Parts: sequence; structure tokens; C-alpha cells
Amino acid sequence: MLANFMAWIDKRLPVTEAWNKHLAQYPAPKNFNFWYFFGSLAMLVLVNQIVTGIWLTMNYEPSGDGAFASVEYIMRDVDYGWLLRYMHSTGASAFFIVVYLHMYRGLMYGSYQKPRELLWIFGMLIFLVLMAEAFMGYLLPWGNMSYWGAQVIISLFGAIPVIGDDLTTWIKGDYVISGATLNRFFALHVIALPLVLVILVFLHILALHEVGSNNPEGTDIKKKKGSVPEAELSKFKFHKAYSEKYDIVDAIPFHPYYSVKDIMGVVGFLLLFCWVMFFAPEGGGYFLEAPNFEPANGLKTPEHIVPVWYFGPFYTILRVIPDKLVGMLGMFAAIGMLFALPWFDRGTVKSFKFRSKWHLLNIAQFTACFIALGILGTLPSSDLANLIGRIATLGYFGFFIALWFYSKNEQTKPVPERVTK
Amino acid sequence: MKKLIIALFILLPSLALAAGGGAPLDHANNDITDKESLRNGAKTFMNYCLGCHQLQYQRYNRTFADLEIDEKEGIDTLMFTGEKVGDHITNTMPKKEAAAWFGAAPPDLTLVTRFKGGGSDWLYTYLRSFYADSARPFGVNNATFKDVGMPHVFQQLQGVQELTAEAKAMLLLPTTQQRPLGSADLVLTQPGDLSPAEYDIVVRDLVNFLEYTGEPSKVERHRLGYWVLGFLMILFVLTYLLKKEYWRDIH
Repeated sequence: MLANFMAWIDKRLPVTEAWNKHLAQYPAPKNFNFWYFFGSLAMLVLVNQIVTGIWLTMNYEPSGDGAFASVEYIMRDVDYGWLLRYMHSTGASAFFIVVYLHMYRGLMYGSYQKPRELLWIFGMLIFLVLMAEAFMGYLLPWGNMSYWGAQVIISLFGAIPVIGDDLTTWIKGDYVISGATLNRFFALHVIALPLVLVILVFLHILALHEVGSNNPEGTDIKKKKGSVPEAELSKFKFHKAYSEKYDIVDAIPFHPYYSVKDIMGVVGFLLLFCWVMFFAPEGGGYFLEAPNFEPANGLKTPEHIVPVWYFGPFYTILRVIPDKLVGMLGMFAAIGMLFALPWFDRGTVKSFKFRSKWHLLNIAQFTACFIALGILGTLPSSDLANLIGRIATLGYFGFFIALWFYSKNEQTKPVPERVTK
Repeated sequence: MKKLIIALFILLPSLALAAGGGAPLDHANNDITDKESLRNGAKTFMNYCLGCHQLQYQRYNRTFADLEIDEKEGIDTLMFTGEKVGDHITNTMPKKEAAAWFGAAPPDLTLVTRFKGGGSDWLYTYLRSFYADSARPFGVNNATFKDVGMPHVFQQLQGVQELTAEAKAMLLLPTTQQRPLGSADLVLTQPGDLSPAEYDIVVRDLVNFLEYTGEPSKVERHRLGYWVLGFLMILFVLTYLLKKEYWRDIH
């Protein structure tokens, strides 16, 4: 019965074919470690944001007069509305946590290197769209931090010579941030950007499956056809799209091996997620900021206007550069550097495990600088903070510059032919 | 990497403290599961606060249901101006005039414990920190909220507090050498109807009620949270065993 049904479907749409190609017969390196959970977790959070977002939209009112009250209506009068709202607000921060860790994995193991440059670019586009999505979503509760945070960020565009002022008016749809701004941000947040995000995620995964997954050792599991003795080939059956072109070693089918492993990862993640959501949904004032429990008020500035924590690193780069326009360029350049990472790295050894001490040191200083920038972004500005911020900014950009220089003739260790464990 | 993460988590609380600053706060030690305390707080709010401050996002009937107040009794004892029981808890004070009377319109208090940094502890400290100051329009100032526009509504209950001589001297120093005032700087000079201990309880119950209105689903959130975490812990063990079973043929 079921077999007949699937045969009927497969004649019309290659469902079984796609299932095998991308899941049941997709060759994944057998040595994925902890860092490889975050891709599937990012997908989980994306689904969470979309589903809870749809339900929130049913009761949210995108207007300057009604937005704040409608959020409180959701928190009080809608059945389990508080749960939906906290799932969405905690999910926003969780999204950035898993995406940052996912990107960091790529950085450590050289997953951006040839032939995965386009895969990395799609990932960076996802990150960029995600930041826009989060920024617009943060205006929607129409709290006072929503208002002033948006005010600060939009006013940045005013620093652009000649067109700056007109551009900010065009973005806001008004001379000040108003219901008109809220409405357009709502439209972009609930339909335009999520649509782009889903398409990009689809392309990200297609590009991944075209070139195959990297692994913590950076060894290639796809060998030249006919180069591997029969006895050493992976004992599993892989889809012909992969096995006809290559001899595949040290690989296992994604499903069931990584699907059961990722399910375990999902439950582990949900434990942390639910712990925050049920017992500390404000995230210590970092996930939901206190001034945002007061309605937007154009006459009352919050004590410290700081963007949400996940913008911290880039906001600090903006803030510590004395000139507003240069600061804005610096902020965008910081993201641009990440886009160009595959070309800054001129090495061919992927994983840091087999690269030079310099590379390890460079990654370590980059990590420290990025975290420092993030922390500073949530603190009020001071002379000391600006000094540390400037040093960290130098470290951030220095990472890429240094990488470009030493990676050309880097002293690397031999990369094992095969996955060693 | 691990060390960095650990260092970050160790640093976070101190960073949060550094960002907070301000006056030292007393602990409210309120308990939002204590229905008796919540009912007393609601009564205090309706009698002393509602004249000026609204709870515009909170409804009477939701409050009665959550606080286990019989609806009829609630209508008779806690609703004074003929609203419907499904209405929000509002008053009719004109905002514009109120702003002229007090310097600023009295804020809505539904979410006061959520938007004030320090939350319930802040409110608890604030309501116990009024002191006599003839320079102010209502004759009182506040150690926690300097030059606040609000009169001391509970003066009849608490009595009159004054700054200690030491605190007065401190306030005469240049501003850079001053420190934020705390409850230790106040002394009761004229007792009110209640003893200080009784007054603290009245304030604690009121703060408790306002923490409740800030998030009426909080108790439910915690209750559900334990079940969800318990379920996930069991599920984690099961998924771990499932993974182990499948992966036996890999290693």
C-alpha cells in the first residue's frame, strides 16, 4: 500500500531520490564533534521563529498606538501567548548564539576554504539578513529601547555625505521614527526578510551537499575514483551522485547516524533554551531589556542606549571610531572582511590542528577581541572602554590582514590522508 | 576556548553590577505564590494608588481569578467607580493636568517592576525611602528617587522620616564626593499608625501585587517550566541511548 503510494509519487516527483541524495545516502565524515551541532540547531531555531512568529502576528497590532498594548494583550489575554512571545524573544538571542558558534566552527576548521567559498558566502548572507531581521523585529514591541535603538542605528545613515538626511527619511517613512516606520519594519520583518532567509538557507544546504561537509581534521573524504582499495572503502551505500564520481572513505550516511545524533543535540539545546525561557526570559536584561517594558517615548531617552547584545561587537567598532562616517564604514567593513575570509586565507591546510602556531595564536587573539568587542557593546561608553575597544578593533581587522600574509608560505604539519579517529 | 567561555561567564555578573550602580537596595523578599499577600497588595493598590496610577494592561476579572478572590466580593470591595469586571484597571485622571500638578503624569504601574532596573527590590526600597524635605512641593523627597514628583501617600501609615545628620552633612559635600542615599540614611522621627515592621509588610504586599501584574503568568511559567525541563531530561537520556545504540557499528 505505502510502497505503491511512494511509487506513484516518485513517478511524478523524485521524493525518494531527494531523501536518499540528501539524507539516507548522503556521505558525512564520521568524525563530526560538538561544534557540528550548530547547523541543525540554527535550522531548529529558524523554524521556531517562523512558527511562533506566525502565531504572534495573529494578535499583534502594527501601529504606534496599539503595538505596545497588543504585546501586553498577547502576554495576558491570549492563551499561552506569553509562551509564544518568550519562545520568539528567547529564540532571537538563541539564533545568534548558535549562528556565532556555527561560524566559529567554520573559522577553526577552515570550512570556508576552497571549494567551500560559495557555501561560506551564502552563510554570510544569511548572517547579514538575520541581523536586518533582528533589528527590524526589535522595533515591533514599540518599547522605549526599541524606539531609541532604532533611532541610533537609522541615524547612522545620516552620516553618508549628500544623500544621508534624505536616506534616513526614506528609511523611516517619516521625519521621526513613527507608526509609518513601525508598519514598514513589520512588513519587512514578517514577510520579506524571512522569505529571503529561507531561500538562502535552502541554497546554503544545496551548496553544502554539492561540495560535501568539511570535518575537524580538514581531510577530504572524497578520493579520486579508483584510488582506494576495495577493502578500505566505506561499507555504506551512498547515493550515486557521490559514489560514481569519487571513492568515499571514512564516511557514514547522514541518516540515521547524524539524524539521531542531532536529535540528541536538539534535546540538549532545548534543555538550556527552556531553562532560560521558563526561568529567566529576560536573560539578565540582555535578551529583553528593562526599558523596553515602557512604551516608546520620543521625549524620554533611556539611561544607556545600547543595542541588543548580538550587535555588540559591530556596534563597538562603530562607537570607538571617532568619526561617524568612518565608524559606519568600519562597522560594515568588519562584516565585509568576514565575507572575504576565503580569499584572505591563502593556505591549503584547513583545520587549525595542522596549521602553524601563528595561526592558532591569530585565532585566539581574534576570539578574545571579538568577545571583548561584544561585552563593550553592552556597556556605556567611557575612556577606558574606548581604548580597549580600539585595541580590539585593531585585533579584529588584524586577524584578516595577518592571515593574508602568513598563510601564503605557512609552516604546516602534514595532514593525514585519512580521518584518524 | 573553554577557559574563555568560563571567564566570560564569571565576568558577566560583575559587568551587570557595574552597569547597574546607583543606590543600595533593600530586599523585598516577596513571594508571588503567596495569594494572601497578593490580595492585601491589591487592596492597598486600589485604595491608595489607583487614584493616580493605572494598571491599564491588567483586567479586574483576571486579577480576581489569579488571586482567588470571589468575583462578587471583588466587585463589591475592590471596584469603586462602576466599571465592568472585564475592564482594565484604569482611572479617569486627566494626563495633561496631572503633568501640571506633579511635574510629570503619574506613570502606569502594570509593568513597573519590569521596567525599573532593580525591579521589586527597587520599588520596595523606594516606597520606604520618603523623607521630610521642606524644599519640595509636597514637603517630601525620596532617598531612592531624588526629587520625585510623587507625594508620600503612605505618610499616615509610616510616619515621617528624616535624613540622619551624617547624611545631611554628606549632601553638603561637592557632588563628586557624594554617595547615593540608602535606607541606612533615614531615621523615623514621627511614628505613623503602623510600626516600621507592619509598614514593611504593607509595602512588601503591594510590591508583590505589582510584580504579579507585571507578568500575571509568572507562576504558571515556573510551574510549567519544571515539567518541561523534567520531560527534556528524560528525553535527553533516551536520545543519548538511541544515539549510542546506532553508533555502535561505527566505532
